Amino acid sequence: MIRTATRYRMLAIFVLPALAIYVIFSVLPLLSSVILSFFNSSNGGSAFIAFGNYVHLFTDPYISGHFWNALRNSVEFFAIHLIVELPVGLLMAALLTSATLRRSRGIYRTLLFIPATLSVVIVGFIWRLIINPLWGVVSFPLLGNTATALPTISLMSVWEYIGIPMIFLYTALLAIPNDIVEASRIDGASPWQLFWRIKFPLIAPQFGLITILTYIWTFNGFDIVYALNGSAPGPNYSTDILGTLFYRTFFGSSGQVADLDLGATIASVIFFIILVTTAAYFVVLQRRIKTYEL
Amino acid sequence: MTATAPTRAPRGDRVRGSERGTAFAVHGLLIVFAIIAIAPILVVVINSFKTTMGIFGAPFALPGADTFTLQGYLDVFTGGDFVTNYRNSAVVTAVTIALTVALGTAAAWAIVEYKVRISPLITGFFIVGIMLPIRLGTVPLLKTMVSWNLIDTLPALILIYTAMQLPLAVALMMTYFRSVPTELKEAARMDGANEFRVLGIAIPLVRPGIAAVASITMLPVWNDLWFPLIFAPSKQNQTVTLGVQQFVGQFQSNYPALLAALTLGAIPLIVLFTVLSRQFIQGLSAGYGK
Repeated sequence: MIRTATRYRMLAIFVLPALAIYVIFSVLPLLSSVILSFFNSSNGGSAFIAFGNYVHLFTDPYISGHFWNALRNSVEFFAIHLIVELPVGLLMAALLTSATLRRSRGIYRTLLFIPATLSVVIVGFIWRLIINPLWGVVSFPLLGNTATALPTISLMSVWEYIGIPMIFLYTALLAIPNDIVEASRIDGASPWQLFWRIKFPLIAPQFGLITILTYIWTFNGFDIVYALNGSAPGPNYSTDILGTLFYRTFFGSSGQVADLDLGATIASVIFFIILVTTAAYFVVLQRRIKTYEL
Repeated sequence: MTATAPTRAPRGDRVRGSERGTAFAVHGLLIVFAIIAIAPILVVVINSFKTTMGIFGAPFALPGADTFTLQGYLDVFTGGDFVTNYRNSAVVTAVTIALTVALGTAAAWAIVEYKVRISPLITGFFIVGIMLPIRLGTVPLLKTMVSWNLIDTLPALILIYTAMQLPLAVALMMTYFRSVPTELKEAARMDGANEFRVLGIAIPLVRPGIAAVASITMLPVWNDLWFPLIFAPSKQNQTVTLGVQQFVGQFQSNYPALLAALTLGAIPLIVLFTVLSRQFIQGLSAGYGK
């Protein structure tokens, strides 16, 4: 046995470096963002103004209009991932674990994941070239229309990242012991029943987790929209999501001066939205999903 | 799954026929998905070797004798800062991986090995970090980097990415350290090895974990656009991702160069992923799933 004092000393030696970097460059910035949102630092000093920035954000017609528009668009951005990426990812995972595949499994797995290794800059331009009306693949300007621009960008993002839920659910499906599957098969379960009555309930916790991760990632989304449309994403802000609004606010863009306080305020609101939803998910849903010890 | 083979033998031909049908459907669907995943990338790669005329004349044809050209690649290397961009991305990614692996391994080892009353708290504190949207702390980070004179430098990116990737690395390495047999560590301690030596003995046993951490750190760091845009925007500090973004803006009408830049930006990670896919998959499932 190692003495308790030694344990604490060893723990300090080994954990502190990692802890320091993690706290200084991740935890503290997030927390001080919230603190900054209660201050006004515009005239050099920093004056405590309580909820002044929040009042400004939600009452100023220009800023609040942009905020609600970006929030709506972020919800849509997430919803498209939810209804396309997760079900199709699940289907791919189910196909990949099919018993009929032998050596080809690894090849399919790699090919289907390759888009996720690309950067959004490349993904954005690949698809922009393919759907360019001049090339003739589609003659309708999908990115130039306020109704179709955001769904189009969302589907590009789905195309890129679908490999993540696929691999995630694929490994979860592989972890199901073969005797459970075999027993139900002998009991006469059809492949359809086998999947939805036996396999899916067993991987439900992982499906829930990838759903909430997708939510966090999409509400932090920025790259694909910026790569395609810049920081004032058109047409007419129809593709402006919370990430681009946040960037434009604290960094500034043509026609908008940089405002660090308001930026921190928007970041805090996004953080709050993510925090509440994620906490609610873990408290309400993840508890109800039965976890089976395998 | 091969264990199912013996039970199949006694079944009748009708069953075997439907199994063939299943196999056909499974392969068919997977092939369709694979084409959707790969074809757009191939279109870009193939057209990067063609002249502008060749690209617009027959976008989906292979380069022929009259349409083949390397001019796009020449333009990229002479007109952009591609070599610098590549070096920056390689430095940032490699140093981040090294730091993440070293610090994450040490921390995970200690959390698993030296159990104290606050251990669950430390574990939880790191686990929460896997989900933390670190980008939302950019405004204070910006102020910190400015006051430390790290704005527009590669170390700024390295520090942020290390902080971003450490929680996942710690969680992942903990699952690997838990499987190191206690007898081995106790035997080493009996022989008078100090704690650093014991860690040294355990490390070879967690090598798969280190490979998983390295491969799962690589992708988000190499491909990130947000932090390079804010913390290392100048020409000499741009990463490939940001470089390609800017290059595309400059060469809007030079399609061969544009497509060559996109291809060069994509190839390194596709190759690395293909080589490391097993470790990557292990990292993704063990890191988030636990």
